Amino acid sequence: MLSVASKRDLRLDLFLGLTLWLIFLDHIPSNAVSWVTIRNYGFSDATEIFIFISGYTAAFVYGRTMDEHGFIVSSARALKQAWQIYVAHIFLLIFYLAEIAYVAQRFDNPLYTEEMGILDFLKEPDVTILQALLLKFKPANMDLLPLYIVLLLGFPPLLWLLLRSPSFALIGSASIYVLMWWFDLNLPAYPNGVWNLNPFAWQLLFVFGAWCALCGAESLGRWLNSPAIVGFAGLYLLLAFSIVMTWYFPLLRSYVPRIVGEVIYPIDKTNLDVLRILHFLSLAVITVWCVPRDWRGLKSAIFWPTIACGQHSLEIFCLGVFLSFAGHFVLTELSNRVLMQIVVSVLGIALMVAAATMISWYRSVERRGPGPRPPGATLGLAGGEV
Amino acid sequence: MRKFGTIMLVLLALAGSAWADEPAECSVAEHFVENPIPLPRAGKGLEAKRLDILVLGGGSSMLPGASGESKAYPSRLQNVLAQKLPNVAIKVSVDTKARRTAAEALQAMPQHLATAKPNLVVWQSGVIDAMLGVDPDAFNATLNKGIETANAFGADVILMNTQYSPRTESMIALSAYLENMHWVALQREVPLFDRFGIMKLWSELGTFDFFSATNKLDTAERVHDCIARLLADLIVEATKTAAPPVESGR
Repeated sequence: MLSVASKRDLRLDLFLGLTLWLIFLDHIPSNAVSWVTIRNYGFSDATEIFIFISGYTAAFVYGRTMDEHGFIVSSARALKQAWQIYVAHIFLLIFYLAEIAYVAQRFDNPLYTEEMGILDFLKEPDVTILQALLLKFKPANMDLLPLYIVLLLGFPPLLWLLLRSPSFALIGSASIYVLMWWFDLNLPAYPNGVWNLNPFAWQLLFVFGAWCALCGAESLGRWLNSPAIVGFAGLYLLLAFSIVMTWYFPLLRSYVPRIVGEVIYPIDKTNLDVLRILHFLSLAVITVWCVPRDWRGLKSAIFWPTIACGQHSLEIFCLGVFLSFAGHFVLTELSNRVLMQIVVSVLGIALMVAAATMISWYRSVERRGPGPRPPGATLGLAGGEV
Repeated sequence: MRKFGTIMLVLLALAGSAWADEPAECSVAEHFVENPIPLPRAGKGLEAKRLDILVLGGGSSMLPGASGESKAYPSRLQNVLAQKLPNVAIKVSVDTKARRTAAEALQAMPQHLATAKPNLVVWQSGVIDAMLGVDPDAFNATLNKGIETANAFGADVILMNTQYSPRTESMIALSAYLENMHWVALQREVPLFDRFGIMKLWSELGTFDFFSATNKLDTAERVHDCIARLLADLIVEATKTAAPPVESGR
């Protein structure tokens, strides 16, 4: 059986923190600052990074627990974590409902009679709230936590398998991905359709992250830095970038041969299109190439705020979702000028950093202080605590 | 990124002022209807001095009130085109129905195509599908099927995407539907009338205020007027270039 490495890779916290910022920026609609986020320059977006790193850290943290305390204890911890995230999701849903109810009461405009139909579900709260509790109701931009809950529920048996036969677990995960495409597997949603982030598809990145944490990083490490792989990754990123530019500048469209369009579209986010996986992997290869594990910059003060956010990912993610609601509210009620968008974005990130700092401080006090440690108060979204 | 391009193009458009006959509030978005894709069937109709258009749409192709229909963009399109193409018989027939998904519009399509016999279909869709969370793949397939159906009846298609609606932006997840419509347009080589992009630009430039709560129709009418004018520009340009493109390098 594999044993879990003892030292945590700070790069993961750095990029997880960065991802949380990007998700926050992307979730404020019509935000000028979100032009900096990676989804505008390639096929994949922050979701891929988030799920991959979450898988990695989950394997790292729960793997250690499984080493020390066995299968039952680590499973119980993963399930408890899933429950906490479920509660957090329902908590955020209240803000979403509040915003919708507010708009329903105050806003009327003859241009938008059709759009205001989104408020109709307020007319039957009994059904809506029940469906929301079952995770079948899909509020906009709130797909990530339900996906994460499902992934955590399936995690204990997966980890058990990963610790015994990592390659077999990875092959199993890939098979589920293939079967998902073959049979169109997904979870049902309300009022119709399916989940926006298909768990049968996205588990692949999660398992791949976990696999990297337990053994893959070492076995891949040797050829990850080979010029051929780095070159291919760079080329793919460049290609994706040029394709995406044609979405913004119609005049560039004529340069894309028709056959390319036939092959690549639609680039499916719900079912984690292969093009998106490749894009994420290329990004990862280039990142690992640019930022080695023992890079001194990781310890510098500049990156500390980002790393702090990454280390408390559950709290900071939820805060980010809340702040993006609040930010949108400010932009619609006060002013939507670009300056205001920048202020809202910067302020939001500052608040996320402040919250992460406070949590870090509080936990360190708890650990040092006299008296018993409060039980089990230490796991971030991906078991993010060191 | 998009903004930078937009600003540059707006400056160019203003400097060139090539669209002097239009209200400035409309023409700031003129670069959105620059479109390299021809409409051969509509172009042929134009040669025969006949342009029959079917507008297939949902609630955002209508305006409320007794005179709503005459003030919404489809009937304005008829007037604008009649001015721009004085020697052509223009007929715009309308099939709009509130709260209709793309799939429901597709169902109604053959019948309308058979009765109206248009040579051009303007298909406005997307927002209801987004609100109901229809599978984006299924939405994509429906659009493809609709284009095939219209082509089989001898009509070209222009796709029109959703409105930009800042108040409901954080509640309706539009992006998958906007993207799929965009991709279908690219794959099928049909023009996309980017109403979302146009309205968003207007909002950014302060041309129109889409935030205010009002039940007055004045802004809504001006918006529909501009949409009709821009759509007419797209149609006129695309039917002009309807001749098969000259093969280069031979």
